[in-house]
Amino acid sequence: MAKLNLVLLAVLLACALGLVTSQHHARKGFSELERELARSRELDVEYGQLQLEASTWGLHARVERVAGASLGMRAPDPRRVRVVERKADR
Amino acid sequence: MSYPSAPAMVRLPLWRARFVLGALIAAFALLVGRSFYLQAVNTSFLQMKGESRYSRVIDVPATRGRILDRNGEALAISTPVKSVWAIPEDVSAEPGQFARLAKLLVMDESELQKKLAGAERDFLYLKRQIPPEIADQVAALGIPGIYQNREYRRYYPGGEVMTHLVGFTGVEDSGQEGIELAFQKALTGSAGSRRVIKDRLGRIVEDGGSIRVAQDGRDLTLALDGKIQSLAFIALKAAVEQHRAKAGAIIVLDARSGELLALANLPSYNPNNRGRLSGAQLRNRAMTDSFEPGSTLKPFTVAAALELGKVTPSTLVQTSPGRLTIANYTIHDAHPAGTLTVAQVIQKSSNVGAAKLALALPREDMWALFHELGFGLPPAIGFPGEATGRLRAWKRWRPIEQATMAYGHGISVSLVQLARAYTVFARDGELLPLSLLKVDRPVVGKRVISAATARAVREMLELAVQPGGTAPRARIMGYRVGGKTGTAHKQENRSYAAHKYLSAFVGLAPVSDPRLVIAVMIDEPSAGQYYGGAVAAPVFAWVMQGALRRLGVPPDAPMQPVELPGEGDEAKEST
Repeated sequence: MAKLNLVLLAVLLACALGLVTSQHHARKGFSELERELARSRELDVEYGQLQLEASTWGLHARVERVAGASLGMRAPDPRRVRVVERKADR
Repeated sequence: MSYPSAPAMVRLPLWRARFVLGALIAAFALLVGRSFYLQAVNTSFLQMKGESRYSRVIDVPATRGRILDRNGEALAISTPVKSVWAIPEDVSAEPGQFARLAKLLVMDESELQKKLAGAERDFLYLKRQIPPEIADQVAALGIPGIYQNREYRRYYPGGEVMTHLVGFTGVEDSGQEGIELAFQKALTGSAGSRRVIKDRLGRIVEDGGSIRVAQDGRDLTLALDGKIQSLAFIALKAAVEQHRAKAGAIIVLDARSGELLALANLPSYNPNNRGRLSGAQLRNRAMTDSFEPGSTLKPFTVAAALELGKVTPSTLVQTSPGRLTIANYTIHDAHPAGTLTVAQVIQKSSNVGAAKLALALPREDMWALFHELGFGLPPAIGFPGEATGRLRAWKRWRPIEQATMAYGHGISVSLVQLARAYTVFARDGELLPLSLLKVDRPVVGKRVISAATARAVREMLELAVQPGGTAPRARIMGYRVGGKTGTAHKQENRSYAAHKYLSAFVGLAPVSDPRLVIAVMIDEPSAGQYYGGAVAAPVFAWVMQGALRRLGVPPDAPMQPVELPGEGDEAKEST
């Protein structure tokens, strides 16, 4: 009888400790999740800012100016443009 | 003291044992009762108290949706900024710190002091919406009583080019103009909140479930094409400056889907820096202003006459001597042209010819067509403040009014209504619903006139841009173009102003299979020229050429340079 009790006591202790550790793990995991979520929000913000920057740099008027002024490019004469139609169209 | 020599059996009185037992039971019962009270009766109160020690409700902010053009270029994006606020009573800082704070906030130190001293409120915004880097420096000063909170600020990389369509938001993130206002509901998310458990260091250790799920605003993909828009804006700006005009507007429509590819207005403004804005800058003329369309309305009069079988394109109309008098009012042709075919009435833009055609029509039928075309009705695009224009009930039309309406006077429309009405000619008789958002399904139009009539008018529109027509400057290399000029006297105080004109051009291309409809309006050109064919048509040609190339539309005409007319080569229109 006493033996069984001892075994049960040991099992109980093990369970209790297990509970404590798993709770600890859960909390650690959760705080990691929170951190990653915060990071994802930050990255989202950064993505928005980069998109803004890309749009600002890629403004049509600016591209036109850079292409014309510093790269010496110009639109081809329409006579030298050939439009190729895809057969699949229409 | 003496003990009994042998332990005698001392019999304790029975009541003592019973007493102890009773006491134990009573104590136990007390405990059970107490725990019952705590666990069952008072439990919710205690749980609440307990939770308030460790659980917190935190707000989950929602961001406003992005606005993108059809190719995914950003037109409006919210990004977090900081606002600095203070509780004036708690603020205490050394003078040096104040100076640095004022410098960071770009304020005068004395102004800052005054602001803090004068405030009787216990909450005061020092500066709203500053960049996060500056806010970090402010926080590093560590002045007590100065706090920050996070807000969102909207940025518009497209600036003045896109602003009349996109609009802008106010400080509180609510749309005030344009798309921002029209789609306010879809763009704003709803902030949520959730319950969490924090440890003593303030870290979140457990999620207690969300109370309200945060809903981010939806991203909007507009029909707008950034490059065509930019092209349209630049062309319009050049024309407005060249002709010293008061204002101008342009609309580009996709004739297949009814999508609004571009919409520009001048004068414009920069939505990122709205210091001083005048009403003129804010006005979205293309959408919210209605005007007398002048000759650009003639094709519809002709379409009505063709549709009712009154005439064919080659029926002759006598327009000499260039005057037509109805009830004490005389309609003039600026350049009398003798006998014209119906097609030439459009080509030469004869007022008398159009008036005669209209007078042969029943009022009711003419009204019905105009009504079907959407004149006098809200265009139902969902844009804030869109003008309905004015089309009077046919029962009250007098003959003179019916005659002037034939060439676009006594009726008012907005530029967007006019452009939309022209989709009838581009789509073989179908009127398209317009869309601000990108459309990816085939669009079904509403049949207004027969395909044969639409094609016939389209050919007349092509004649109008040929040499001998009113707008040879609307032609472009490689594509067949059709369109109609309009030059209307502006109304002022119920009569027509002598030298104030509104020049317009509405056209489509390629004529063989129309892809685009472009409408241009220039208000009060005052550098000498004022005919629609000279002022508005070149803008049309420039934008049409660029946009067709951008869309990769195959040419339907030989690649020959367009010969521009010399002085006096083009037919002058009457209105």
